[in-house]
Amino acid sequence: MIWVIHTLNGVSFGILLFLLAAGLSLIYGLMKILNLTHGSYYLVGAYIGSTVIATTGSFILALIIAPLVVAVLGAVMERFFLRRFHLDELPQTLLTFGFLFIFADLSLWIWGGDPIMLPKPAMFSRSIDIGGLGYPTYRLLLIGVGLLVALILWWFQERTRVGAMLRAGVDDAEIARAMGIDVSLLFTLVFAVGALLAALGGVLGGPIIGAGPGTDFDVMLLAFVVVIIGGLGSLRGALVGGLVVGLLDNFGKIFFPEFALFTIFVPMAVILSFRPTGLFGRG
Amino acid sequence: MRRYLPIIIVAIAIFLALPYLLPTYYLSLSTKILIFALFAMSLDLLIGYTGLASLGHAAFFGLGGYVVGLLVVRGQVSEWIAFPAGIILATALGALFAVLALRARGSYFLMITLALAQVVWGIAFGWRTLTGGDDGLPGVKRPTFFVSLADENSFYYFVLLMVGLSAWALFAIVRSPFGHALRGIRESETRMLALGYNVWLHQFAAFVISSAFAGLAGALFVYNTRFVSPDVLHVVRSAEVLIMVILGGVGTLLGPAIGAAVIILLEDFISSLTQRWLLILGIVYVVTTLFAPRGLVGLYKEHFSRNRKR
Repeated sequence: MIWVIHTLNGVSFGILLFLLAAGLSLIYGLMKILNLTHGSYYLVGAYIGSTVIATTGSFILALIIAPLVVAVLGAVMERFFLRRFHLDELPQTLLTFGFLFIFADLSLWIWGGDPIMLPKPAMFSRSIDIGGLGYPTYRLLLIGVGLLVALILWWFQERTRVGAMLRAGVDDAEIARAMGIDVSLLFTLVFAVGALLAALGGVLGGPIIGAGPGTDFDVMLLAFVVVIIGGLGSLRGALVGGLVVGLLDNFGKIFFPEFALFTIFVPMAVILSFRPTGLFGRG
Repeated sequence: MRRYLPIIIVAIAIFLALPYLLPTYYLSLSTKILIFALFAMSLDLLIGYTGLASLGHAAFFGLGGYVVGLLVVRGQVSEWIAFPAGIILATALGALFAVLALRARGSYFLMITLALAQVVWGIAFGWRTLTGGDDGLPGVKRPTFFVSLADENSFYYFVLLMVGLSAWALFAIVRSPFGHALRGIRESETRMLALGYNVWLHQFAAFVISSAFAGLAGALFVYNTRFVSPDVLHVVRSAEVLIMVILGGVGTLLGPAIGAAVIILLEDFISSLTQRWLLILGIVYVVTTLFAPRGLVGLYKEHFSRNRKR
């Protein structure tokens, strides 16, 4: 039964990684921008969430406010900075690195250097019984919310008009523009949604893995591994990659505690050798 | 090259005279600048001449440093072995990374180099029994190569010699047929393939050479600070050397060396005023990207040619 618990832990962590990687992947798919600031959205999301909870006591409110604030930050980054360097890899890398440092240092300034843990919402602070072992309901909530988000994103992409525009933009931004699709607005929108998802991950992950200086780098790295395995530009890749990395990480920490990173990176290297663009990537 | 000979001679004379001109603090700052100039030039070979932007260059810098530190502190090994071993292992790691990362291009290349470098950092951070983890390894004593290099002056000359020889080698490499082939690959891989060049092998060689010089810089850095910690491997280091290259001017070799000097001096200056160096560094990134995308050398050239036209 302990294995069910371990698997659930891996899946819930994987869902969290999916929230991060989905935005990273969507942004890349549409704009070919590798957003190094993505981990910062998570971090800032968690911090703002903690402040909201501390002042209002409401987890739900944190879940709404933090992602929205971070979405605005993302939109501003895209609109006023990254836009000027469309398809120019090196300046984009530098800009997103710059913002990574700026966010990291500002967060340190505002929220201090001690790692924080967000309190769990009261309704989900208990445990339920799984085969004689207690399991925190919060992690089950996380899995549920993550799957719901995945479903909404899928519906949005496959069944709505904006989603169809998005797919057209991913396939060929130039032609999409020629067809009268407002690609420019789409860029900002996707960037905002990507940032929003990462910040949502920050608030949801806050009670489990917390946040502190360096968390931005850690989660960015994991999100990279997810999209390297799953493939950039694909939501399915982000979900499958997230679950794979979440499970590998969890079981890696159990079996090889000193070298947990290897259990993620060796499979990454193997997949890379056979499919350089990831499982579901399109190059 | 001949045209620049007087400038080079004057530059060498100034560098040789520095220990007599500068107080100790600024001399050791100069040593640090030379080391980072080498680090930045090694990355420029990859970014500027081969067109491969590595985000994990600190891995080779840090491994070079860690090997030296571990062998000296934990192994009590002679510097005649430790110093070359640092460079050789950094080169070997470069070969391993190259094999993996060269499977991919563009953003995947960036991510893979960054991710692999973080693994190395993770090992140094996590393997406490060997590396001391976060606390690092203090007590890396400076080497004795025929003469003791313990004091600041002689160590400065040693670094100057190493960096000078490396810079000369790097300039020779980029001017060689091999260097021209690299530039051809940067412009168009497919065309070079069609011309019968082994593109992969060229990129691989450039990556390995670049990591060797980065490893050398790392070894010198650890000797300089007499201390090694996971900081030397961190992605912030990789990012710092990247901005040195870009700020100076990609694909010029001299530019990144100047960029290194600017960043180190700025860091020294800012750190004496405030704790917010990382914030300032971030702003430097944004400002450079917006206003000096071709770096200081690029700005200088633009200004120079505009004046000439008038």
